[in-house]
Amino acid sequence: MVIILISSLRFRLEAENFSPISIYCEGSTCREMQKLGDFKLPHFFNYPPYFTLQPVRETREKQVQLWKELILDYCRTQKIFVIKLEEEFPLFSNSVIERTLSHEAREAFLSALAAEGRAEWLDKGHRSCLILWHRIQEWADIIVNFVKDNGFEDSVMTVEEIRFGIESRRTELHGIDRTILMRALKLLEQKGKLAIFKGTSTDDEGIKFSV
Amino acid sequence: MSNFFSKAEVTSSGRPVFIHNEVECHLLSGVDLEPEDHHHFTPLKSGILILTTHRLLWLHSSSASAIPLAAISHIFSSRKSLKSVFHSPRIRFQVLVSPDGRLFDPGSGSGSSSGSGSRSVVVTAVIRGKGDCDGFLVKFWDSWRARAWESNETSGSGSGSGSGSGLASGSEAGTGTGGGLYSSDGSLRMVGVAGILRKEQQMWESTDKSLQDAFQDLNALMSKAKEMVMLAEKMRQKLLSGTSSQTSGTNDEDMGSKEEMQDWLLSVGIISPVTKESAGALYHQQLSRQLADFVRTPLERAGGMINLIDAYCLFNRARGTELISPDDMLQACSLWEKFDVPVMLRKFDSGVMVIQNKSHSDEEVFARIKSLAAKPEALRNGMSPTDAAMSLGIAPAMAKEHLLTAESKGLLCRDISPDGFRFYINLFPEIDPLNIYFVKDYGMCSTWIKAVSTSG
Repeated sequence: MVIILISSLRFRLEAENFSPISIYCEGSTCREMQKLGDFKLPHFFNYPPYFTLQPVRETREKQVQLWKELILDYCRTQKIFVIKLEEEFPLFSNSVIERTLSHEAREAFLSALAAEGRAEWLDKGHRSCLILWHRIQEWADIIVNFVKDNGFEDSVMTVEEIRFGIESRRTELHGIDRTILMRALKLLEQKGKLAIFKGTSTDDEGIKFSV
Repeated sequence: MSNFFSKAEVTSSGRPVFIHNEVECHLLSGVDLEPEDHHHFTPLKSGILILTTHRLLWLHSSSASAIPLAAISHIFSSRKSLKSVFHSPRIRFQVLVSPDGRLFDPGSGSGSSSGSGSRSVVVTAVIRGKGDCDGFLVKFWDSWRARAWESNETSGSGSGSGSGSGLASGSEAGTGTGGGLYSSDGSLRMVGVAGILRKEQQMWESTDKSLQDAFQDLNALMSKAKEMVMLAEKMRQKLLSGTSSQTSGTNDEDMGSKEEMQDWLLSVGIISPVTKESAGALYHQQLSRQLADFVRTPLERAGGMINLIDAYCLFNRARGTELISPDDMLQACSLWEKFDVPVMLRKFDSGVMVIQNKSHSDEEVFARIKSLAAKPEALRNGMSPTDAAMSLGIAPAMAKEHLLTAESKGLLCRDISPDGFRFYINLFPEIDPLNIYFVKDYGMCSTWIKAVSTSG
């Protein structure tokens, strides 16, 4: 019970960060910050150099850091788990200032995330990237909590039930990417917290918890 | 020491200032000037001796003394004795001394040229550096006999090239053409057919003498090398035309010897010009100083910094005929580090090389760029190299270099788009990655936001 209280508190805190507060309002020059869907963009999103890969080392480091944060935040709120470089990604373009990140820049920022363990390239050609706004270990912990919260110790569930079942709706597990889920489950399997067994089709893999 | 000789003016880069029509003929380094007895002047040590059509200049660490050639009464021919093999070569000449103990100065206008100089002193120039001493002596004779200071026309100067950068190569026209030019000092004048024949005769005699002198002494050979090159060319031409016009009745011996002759000429290797090599390192030194003088006016006009390529074009255009190669230019500029000249060569990260004043301050330029980038127009649309060039008053290529350097220092950021290459003031340092939605009240970010929002 205590765990549930703490996790919901965390949710509330996070939600507060996204309420529209115009901090730079000054009399008549108040300006609403742009939004991408319901995601609030920071003011430097309209700064043209933000969209050009900077050559100077210090400037580049700062730029990369800002983009990493932005990508993770956006993916977390929009529940995006995979970014395909050749497809359009709303965060990588700004129609107001008419700038788009080049392929090189996108690869640079995603590689920086991968180096930190917050993303993974799904192919050698770096065309598709898995975004780990929670690390695999974190996902594993979330699964364990989920199991404990709902009393699923010693019971059996399918993978799809974990992803789309009623119980997961109130958790971050809802709609989780299948690859990420399998990784987390495998990690837990190695620790002996569960067992994975194949069902009649690949969609139907079952999990036996022994948390 | 300076009381005895005439004063000579020197530019800020250490080059002597020439009077009207004066042309430099030869240069020797490491020269001491000694009087025959020490109460006339103290010996001058280790300077550069420059021979011009009007004077003999002695340069030492940016001060200079001059001996007008008009004050010289006699030049001694070089004594080749057993002693001279071990000593440094010496050039001895006699100068006229006015009654007050100083060197006779023909420009001072005191009486006729032969009247006031009653006493004379023998001065010895000891050449301790590596230099063509015999060549210098020959040119010394020629310049002295030519008496360029007396005539008003430009034909009085001993060399053909009009620009003031003769150095060792500029005076080759003065020597080796025989006595035909100097008709004013009493040599035979060439008129009519007899004159032509006599001229031919003289030329052959001097050619013969050249060959003899050349093969006796290697030093003399080097100085005669220019003539040798011409001779060799002529002979080669003759051989070539000779072999082609011969009928098949030639015997093999003749052919053999002609080919041998050709081979021998080639093997001696008198193909390459020798003048620059003989001047050697000194050529670049003097060139370097001259360049430093020249480049000052263009620098001022260009706002303190000029592209090396532009400077090269301007310099060569000013020189007229004695053009220098890009390599020479580069070497001359690199030598500036060793001298105390007010200009320097600078290479940017992008590879562009510029000449700039030593007093040029990068910091000042960056401060100006920063204030330009903080203007509302620049905040909204950025700054292109052309914009910066117009505001700073310098060439666009130079402006781009400055902007790139400012970027590398973290003052600016680049923005590449279909609109082009622009620079904005760097806002990144002000943004806190842990608090990306927060904007400080009086920082650059808020200024930028205000500037951007008032346009939309």
